[in-house]
Amino acid sequence: MLVGPALLGLAFLVLPLAGLLVRAPWATLPARLAEPQVLEALRLSLLSATVATAGCLLLGVPLAWLLARVEFPGRRLVRALVTVPLVLPPVVGGVALLLVLGRRGLVGEWLAATFGVTLPFTTAGVIVAEAFVAMPFLVISVEGALRGADQRYEEAAATLGASRWTVFRRVTLPMIMPGVIAGAVLCWARALGEFGATITFAGNFPGTTRTMPLAVYLALETEPEAAIVLSLVLLAVSVVILASLRDRWVSTP
Amino acid sequence: MFRRLSRRALALPAVLALGLSGCASGAGSDEPAAPAAATNLTVFAAASLTGTFTELGTAFQTANPGTAVKFNFGSSATLARQITQGAPADVFAAAGPAPMKTVTDAALASAPVTFARNRLQIAVPAGNPAKVDDLADLADPKVKVALCAEQVPCGAAAVKALDAAGVKVVPVTLEQDVKATLTKVELGEVDAALVYHTDVIAAGDKVEGIEFPAAGQAVNDYPIATLAKAPAGDLAQRFVDLVLSPQGKDVLVKAGFEAP
Amino acid sequence: MSLHARLVVTRPAFALDLALEVAAGEVVALLGPNGAGKTTALRALAGLTAMSPGGRITLDGHDLHHLPADRRPIGVVFQDYLLFPHLSALDNVAFGPRCQGVPKAEARRAAAALLDRVGLAGHAAARPGRLSGGQAQRVALARALAVRPRLLLLDEPLAALDAHTRLEIRSGLRHHLAGFNGATVLVTHDPLDAMVLADRLVVIEHGAVVQQGTPGEVARHPRTDYVARLVGLNLYRGTARGVGVQVGELLLSTSERLTGPAFVAFPPAAVALYRSRPDGSPRNLWPARVGGVERHGDHVRVHLDGPISAFADITPAALADLDLTPGREVWASVKATETHAYPA
Repeated sequence: MLVGPALLGLAFLVLPLAGLLVRAPWATLPARLAEPQVLEALRLSLLSATVATAGCLLLGVPLAWLLARVEFPGRRLVRALVTVPLVLPPVVGGVALLLVLGRRGLVGEWLAATFGVTLPFTTAGVIVAEAFVAMPFLVISVEGALRGADQRYEEAAATLGASRWTVFRRVTLPMIMPGVIAGAVLCWARALGEFGATITFAGNFPGTTRTMPLAVYLALETEPEAAIVLSLVLLAVSVVILASLRDRWVSTP
Repeated sequence: MFRRLSRRALALPAVLALGLSGCASGAGSDEPAAPAAATNLTVFAAASLTGTFTELGTAFQTANPGTAVKFNFGSSATLARQITQGAPADVFAAAGPAPMKTVTDAALASAPVTFARNRLQIAVPAGNPAKVDDLADLADPKVKVALCAEQVPCGAAAVKALDAAGVKVVPVTLEQDVKATLTKVELGEVDAALVYHTDVIAAGDKVEGIEFPAAGQAVNDYPIATLAKAPAGDLAQRFVDLVLSPQGKDVLVKAGFEAP
Repeated sequence: MSLHARLVVTRPAFALDLALEVAAGEVVALLGPNGAGKTTALRALAGLTAMSPGGRITLDGHDLHHLPADRRPIGVVFQDYLLFPHLSALDNVAFGPRCQGVPKAEARRAAAALLDRVGLAGHAAARPGRLSGGQAQRVALARALAVRPRLLLLDEPLAALDAHTRLEIRSGLRHHLAGFNGATVLVTHDPLDAMVLADRLVVIEHGAVVQQGTPGEVARHPRTDYVARLVGLNLYRGTARGVGVQVGELLLSTSERLTGPAFVAFPPAAVALYRSRPDGSPRNLWPARVGGVERHGDHVRVHLDGPISAFADITPAALADLDLTPGREVWASVKATETHAYPA
């Protein structure tokens, strides 16, 4: 009863990938890969997705902790708000970011006036856009892990004299580590594939803001074969990284 | 288990085929249709034609009672690709010769006609905060400029115009389409952008347009053609005729296009 | 007295209110049925459950009740031990001292010494998942003692162990508790654990103290059905009239001479059963009906209904001779010298 739909599901997910592989211009592949623009976009993609994930960890884990462990009025609403970037079309997310962090945005104007910092059209802007879209994956995953973790261990740590911060750092965090890793991996993958919010908020310029998905999209306009190559590169790199992470961290001992 | 699976796999295309043949018999019937019977006309048109073609479509429906005109607006390159992949369209209007060439090369259309031209302008946010009044001003590194990516028609035209004027511009971004470029101008994220006159008009009073001489070097031709496999047949040609008629020209010029 | 506490926790469906005094070096067992409030009392002492107004805890003259758990000088051994699964046994024990600011090397040295004291020097590097139940219990004890608490709290410390390990760990725990000079509060529902480990028992039912005293006093003079069952006595409350205690319609002759409200208790083994009314009629004789029969160690426990309900312990041979099946009418008797009466 379960195997049939499972196989259909797998086929549904894998067949488009097979389509890419079948149509890939294998003969010209090495030459296309050697193009500096491809490597530049790949480097930028990996860098910004990684930094975005680090930022999401820094802010998202405490946020998940707040949602899972602290009772406060309106918690349900806040939890719903956290998932907004999941349902918002990414392009709209990008416009929303411009309205807040853009040169004339609510916060952006102040940033520009006070620190001379403008985010749009910079690599930092790419990171912000990716973090915005990807953070819910991390928060939801970590919150789930926190809710699943046995809170009595935290109580045990408290009776041993551990402050809230020490409890979190030395007991809670190690115990929910698989959930944090899984969330970070999801977050990283989402950031790596981010297109809409990035191009809307950060724009598209080779070397500073043109990540792989943007390069793929533009290549699609004129050179579908190049787009396929770029997609394959992105796929191959992410599959290798995710597979090695999964083996090292996510597997159960 | 495998047998059951394969039977289901067979059933799905069958259902699809049934649905498709049903559609086909409705749209492409050879029998003389009763005047009240609805006939569909599908037009694939460049996104920059959204306003004008919607207006012309309404006019076409009024002139041809019982006809329903459906539009698919989008990036010309995307539309061309959809057509070559077999999308059922009757008319294709592109924002440049290149996408049309994709379709004619595939022998899916012949004899495209240029029905409009579009000229670039410098678009600046309302009030022109960076005091841009000439193309040369865009070379100032303090002026943030957005261009369309070279892969899309407005980008190609911008490069041509800048080359012709001998101005070197380092944009902060190469946007994926005109709308995205205009959004950056509207929100004031950039000080200037090169977009088409029609786009400036469509953006209303949030954006101001500045003409520049080199724009004449990068005029973009809009070709239109009926498609070889047009399901609506004759109706397709009648729509093209409307676009080329004085009435069509009026609508286009009002929107900022130039007559060919 | 080292610990003075009045533990008050009021919840919609439950109220706990009990006074507790524990001297330094004394081990007090909180004994009670499930849901009596033992664990709530322990959590209130530890600062893990907030107390309601009126509650207070004073340890060695210092108020504790306004301090959070991590600021109280306590050590807790939890029911499932709750050893941190990601830390070695050594680091579990060193955890508390580290939180108190002891340098890492010193904390580990102290932890190693404690593990050695509980006989686990060879398991310092083991993760909790690789320890047996008994070993984990000892690590948990070492971890609680490592913070040099003034108050040691143990929640059902032996409940998670199998019968054999339990025996061994119980005596080990008794030894370690004897060596601890602070106050100890132990929660258990097992009377044997309580009797062996505690200097004093505090019996709780429905959130209040129903009886307290040394294990011997409590065992000899149960004052509630729950305690009587725990110590294995038949217990009745009645009115003493000099030579006996009137329990319902039945006057039970006793060896003590009392008047007024009184308890009378006797062990099930003191009850003799007869198929027909015995000759020479002993003083305490009553007709009864067999309500049920169950195996109880190497003898058989018979549940009797009648003017008083009682348990009678007889040998399997006697069971066969008497042919006792549920519903059978019998005569039950108990010698006055086997009964024990005391004021209620």
